[in-house]
Amino acid sequence: MHSFLRAYPTEAKLFVVLILISTGLSLASPDFLTLVNVTSLLNNNAVNVIWAVGLLVVLIAGGIDISFAVAASVVQYLCVYAFAAIGGGNWAIGFLFAGTFGLALGLINAFLIHQFRIISIVVTISTFNAFFGLLMFFSSGRFLYNLPSWWSSRVILWEYQTASGTWAELILPVAVMAAAMFATWALIRRTTTGRQLYAFGDNPEGARRAGISIGRMQAIAFGWSGMMAGIAGLMQTQITKEVVPNALIGRELEVLAAVVLGGARLGGGRGSVLGCFLGVLLVAVTQNGLNLLGVSPYAFKMVVGIIILLAISTSNLDPSRLFRGAAR
Amino acid sequence: MPRDPASAAPPDALRLRGIRKVFGGVTALDAVDFGVGAGEVHCLAGENGSGKSTLIKIVTGVYQPDPGAGIEIFGQTHTQITPTLARKAGIAVIWQDLALFPEMTVAENIAFETLLGNRPRWVSYARLRDTARAALARLDIDLDLEARLGDLPIAQRQIVAIARALVSDARLIFMDEPTASLTQSETDALLAVVRTLSDRGVAVVFVSHRLAEVLEIAARVTVLRDGRLVGVYPTEGMTQSRLSELMTGTSFAQAVTARDAAGPEVLRIENLSRAGEYDDISFTLHAGEVLGLTGLIGAGRTELCHSLFGMTRPDRGRILLNGEGLQLRSNRDAVAQGIAYVSEDRLALGLIQPQSIADNAVLSVLKRISGAGGLLSAQKKEATVSHWLRELAVKIGLPEDPVSTLSGGNQQRVVLAKWLATEPKVLLLDCPTVGVDVGARAGIFRIVRQLADRGLAILLVSDEVPEVFLNADRVLHMAGGRIIHQWDPRQTRLQDMEAAVYA
Repeated sequence: MHSFLRAYPTEAKLFVVLILISTGLSLASPDFLTLVNVTSLLNNNAVNVIWAVGLLVVLIAGGIDISFAVAASVVQYLCVYAFAAIGGGNWAIGFLFAGTFGLALGLINAFLIHQFRIISIVVTISTFNAFFGLLMFFSSGRFLYNLPSWWSSRVILWEYQTASGTWAELILPVAVMAAAMFATWALIRRTTTGRQLYAFGDNPEGARRAGISIGRMQAIAFGWSGMMAGIAGLMQTQITKEVVPNALIGRELEVLAAVVLGGARLGGGRGSVLGCFLGVLLVAVTQNGLNLLGVSPYAFKMVVGIIILLAISTSNLDPSRLFRGAAR
Repeated sequence: MPRDPASAAPPDALRLRGIRKVFGGVTALDAVDFGVGAGEVHCLAGENGSGKSTLIKIVTGVYQPDPGAGIEIFGQTHTQITPTLARKAGIAVIWQDLALFPEMTVAENIAFETLLGNRPRWVSYARLRDTARAALARLDIDLDLEARLGDLPIAQRQIVAIARALVSDARLIFMDEPTASLTQSETDALLAVVRTLSDRGVAVVFVSHRLAEVLEIAARVTVLRDGRLVGVYPTEGMTQSRLSELMTGTSFAQAVTARDAAGPEVLRIENLSRAGEYDDISFTLHAGEVLGLTGLIGAGRTELCHSLFGMTRPDRGRILLNGEGLQLRSNRDAVAQGIAYVSEDRLALGLIQPQSIADNAVLSVLKRISGAGGLLSAQKKEATVSHWLRELAVKIGLPEDPVSTLSGGNQQRVVLAKWLATEPKVLLLDCPTVGVDVGARAGIFRIVRQLADRGLAILLVSDEVPEVFLNADRVLHMAGGRIIHQWDPRQTRLQDMEAAVYA
């Protein structure tokens, strides 16, 4: 326990805050800690978590990605046409296509960053605009409803009728979220490549001198982020049942904030999958709680902003030291 | 003339003959021979620009020497060295910046070599720890393997860097200024590690400008000057002054310049304390006086300077300037009161490296050189810059050149110009010769003495005892945050002062 606190101080702190907020909300609103509410929280935030673990890999490698939410929209449109072209498709083909398209978009970012030595924020702001501009131009802003039925109909993995008659359910994105979290954890914690990503983000010059290929690191980081963006795009239709070109733009900052809240450092070299999950969840729980308490949705962003400011400005406090002090 | 006493020994770790390297017409190395015996501790000495770094980069394969060089590593002849070959042959460099990963654990840093490679493999943290533990055992050192590297003091990070080199089977380790930021006891611990390495057959090449250490640790010293080999000398019987003569090619008059303070009292410090930094500090500083302040790193010297410059606030005690109590709320207050501070870290804090020499020189007096409407006046700026550059004899191309193009000694003069432009009464000089060549140091101290002659009160802080011994009128010895002794250099021997400080 103590070694966990030492290795993951931010995550531990976040967990405590999440428990406190959840306890407060369950006391304030009887609707908060119900099976229906908790499962719908997970369903509605699975896409954010998938994005977040992709972005996490970029942040660990010392970069930043602004383009992933728009990339997810691009992938959705490419998928619609690709599925039509092959006459329907199925889930296996869906994952393959969405992952590949996303990966390709991510590799465009990596190529520009590495080849022309431009910092990632500039490149991904450019591709964010370019992707979105191209998407709006070619789609003329049209919504697409004629999705293959396997894609647009909800895949319910588990359901349960509560005593009050309402249904609690978990849908496919939650399972995909779990898989994405596991895969990202395995990559960054359990493979040599993942440790190289940490090292590269931590001290790029030191990594270069040790013989780590910088181009390869950028390709893996942005490729992973792109692939996760593509899969997140595929999952998004499980919730909206349609493809709308400007549905996802703007979500990137929300996810970025959650990942930073989860302990990833903008300078690189630090961050964990658990932190990402807790970060997304904290933002979601707060919004959900405000909603249940009847606070105007217009105040949500303000509250989320305040939470992030508090989290960042108190991150210099070492919670493991606080706990050690309390234990004495 | 180079001697080669190790000719009868087992195969040498390294034998280089006729190393030449020309960069676009500038000869960085000219027919240099360099040899290191197996398990030998060898020192590579020379001023900045003498070719030490170029030589290390050639040995590690970063640069290729010009044709005609003879290269022999552990008895094997090579036509050229590539980075891969150097690594495989067992050559490792511990750079001054260590090239470690602060966010990763000690174990991962030490066993970093095992994480490399383009094909992904699964990581076993247990095996990482075993590898790291084994490497530390070879150094007879125990460290917390799970600690975050960034939480370790610099001396322990150095150990991590050495252990990391051992993991990649290094048999010849180059250490680039390894003691530059270590205290004396940490340095001693490092020297002990170097001896352990040497006993176990690992050759170490020590690059350092701290001549005392060089003479203590190395068996032989190779001296380079202006890209040429001056010679290879056994350290037995070598003295520091002889070695610095060999490095600079000139001999320095080592005369104590101390004299009695002439002017009135300018600065009086009474019982100044700040928790955890310094404790009950009292002294006076007179116009025209150079007051030396020495002590090991961590003695509280720089912390005291920060308070005198208004950057931190003392908990107790008084600072009096010309008899009046000072309440410094920020360093802007200090500058307004006539206090100037030349910081220890010139590279990061003293200069804005990419900006021009002229811009750096007027940085502290922007308000004074502005004309109508608060806009900068080009004429006033030009006048200030040329006045001070002439005054301090800064060797520059154009005032518009970036300050990073200057040598260490000339950069330090620009820092001085910047502060002298504020027309201070008190000048705090914190380790003014860090990174300045032996030859250029004399020039800096000449300026310091001239400034004192003009009535400036100067506090000269340095961890190199000879500097304060030779250049200060009085010397205060600080240890553990307190001033524990005061010397008059005219009535003290340098050896006694060094023995007291470095004890």
